Amino acid sequence: MSTPAPNANGNGNANGHQLAIHVRNVTKTFGTGDARTFALKGVDFDARLGELLMIVGPSGCGKTTLLSAIAGTLNFDSGEIDAFGLPLHTASKQQITDFRKRQVGFIFQSFNLIPTLSLVENVSVPLLINGVRRSEAEKKSRALLDQVGLTGRGDDHPRNLSGGQQQRVAIARALIHEPNLLICDEPTSALDRDTGAKIMELLRDIARKPDRCVLVVTHDNRVFKYADRMSEMEDGRVSRVHETTENIRHE
Amino acid sequence: MYHIALKMLIGDRGKYLMLLCGLTFSSLLMTQQCAVFFGLLMWTTSHLRNMRAAIWVADPKVEQVNEIKGMRDTDVSRVRSVQGVAWAVPLFCAVQQTKLQNGNFKPIMLVGIDSATLVGRPPVMLSGRLEDLRLPNSVIIDDLAVQRLGIGRTKPLGLGDTFEINDKEARIVGICKADRHFFGYPYVYSTYDRALQFAPKTRKMLSLVLVEPLPGWTREQVAQQIERETHLRAFTEQKFFWDTIWWYFRNTGIPVSFGTTIILGFIVGIAVSGQTFYTFVLENLRHLGALKAMGASDGLIARMLIVQALTVGIIGYGLGIGLAALFGFAVLDKGMPPFALPYQLPLFTLVMILFICVFAAFLAILKVRKLEPAIVFRG
Repeated sequence: MSTPAPNANGNGNANGHQLAIHVRNVTKTFGTGDARTFALKGVDFDARLGELLMIVGPSGCGKTTLLSAIAGTLNFDSGEIDAFGLPLHTASKQQITDFRKRQVGFIFQSFNLIPTLSLVENVSVPLLINGVRRSEAEKKSRALLDQVGLTGRGDDHPRNLSGGQQQRVAIARALIHEPNLLICDEPTSALDRDTGAKIMELLRDIARKPDRCVLVVTHDNRVFKYADRMSEMEDGRVSRVHETTENIRHE
Repeated sequence: MYHIALKMLIGDRGKYLMLLCGLTFSSLLMTQQCAVFFGLLMWTTSHLRNMRAAIWVADPKVEQVNEIKGMRDTDVSRVRSVQGVAWAVPLFCAVQQTKLQNGNFKPIMLVGIDSATLVGRPPVMLSGRLEDLRLPNSVIIDDLAVQRLGIGRTKPLGLGDTFEINDKEARIVGICKADRHFFGYPYVYSTYDRALQFAPKTRKMLSLVLVEPLPGWTREQVAQQIERETHLRAFTEQKFFWDTIWWYFRNTGIPVSFGTTIILGFIVGIAVSGQTFYTFVLENLRHLGALKAMGASDGLIARMLIVQALTVGIIGYGLGIGLAALFGFAVLDKGMPPFALPYQLPLFTLVMILFICVFAAFLAILKVRKLEPAIVFRG
């Protein structure tokens, strides 16, 4: 199967949908000799603009490796990845760094908030990396913290927040520079059911923007219902891609 | 991003304080030990500041100022006859014994200066008149002698009091301030002729000749001229100073002893601060990885690490220098131990501390450069 690659605005086209991410035959191995492990064995994968796509599968199937490769945080061995018009397989290190800086937001399993910084400062970091002035970055950060339900907590520190609140801060940090691609690695695994549901609702709303794509790696089946599509991985390959069925939503 | 870097550093209180302590201790140890070392070296050249002359003429075998070999009295006249010499005066300088009131003996540095000109006089008079040195049996003692020679008396030594030098009575007509001698002998000034009476007789009693060059002649020219014409050894003040310093470097264990402590201070700085900073970076690797994932370049992270290292380094340096200076203020009044803090010394310490910080930052930068941003996705 061949699908046109996305252009700079993510305008590739597959079955009438505009593509954000286009992955073809990507391989990745770790280690050498007898210790060599094939993490990705020729992955084909597309993600559309305006959707929340979940990558699911058992532990060790290559979900996080695929996510890292798409985010430009991990070099892959062969194949092609086009992300929002940037061919990662041919781009320079500087281009990939710029891509991450401007177009990618990250939400991590363990939040990865810097404990010594206030919430405002944590959220400001991507803007500061992008060269925005501190005062302006902090103003925007406070506004976004308000939007994720943390009004008045800007000067607090992460240690004083619950897991759900910390993940909200992480979401604010991921969105502050208005990235096109949101990369979420197990965003609910450290959260209880209700908090996880709220976080997923927030992510689903975020994905509704037409120039955005949200990729979520998870094996938390409680949150499958929030996906627009699901990409199932098995043994380093994408085994099935399907729309989220009503059954799943109902379950 | 630099304020973020500083907050990351200062926010980790334990590591920050440990880094600060390591660098402060290192800076204090290097500065304080160097200052004591320099102070000790300054003591070796105290004659030069306590008697002061442009040119010092000594026996040809003399290598440094504390090494006195007697010359003939006629050598003064020989020096006076050299072209370029404005004037030349004799000086007696030797260790003598004094008897204290309680019967004990103390060594002193007896200085006999030319009675006509009083060249070689003490640098600062604290009480009494210099001219009274011409009165019979009179001496001027320094403030150290007031303490040392006053042992066993009911009140401190003062003007008019007497004591014995080699069984001959000496009467105090003045108290002066003088730089301390390397061996801790108090300075006692007298006239040249009287000093010869105080001291046991030997064949050659002239210790040094103090010389002033004529206007238009440099000190070096006149010193060379004296050596050429008299075959005595002539030192300019500066040359005598450095020859003395280097003599102590070559012939004593002082530089090795202090050098070892100074190197230890440096090693402590490297070991404690370098290792603590490296551990700090290792513990923050995940956060640094997150910054890299978010698009922070290697250059930006390197600059953040350098800002962190230099900040803690400069604060530690400031505290160390401050403590060393406090130590200096505390001991300068007492005169023990020796302490000299020339401006080059804080600069030297600053360079060493900056080296330690840059080294620590360099190790951390190497680690971060190899860091894959994908580390943030690992559980």
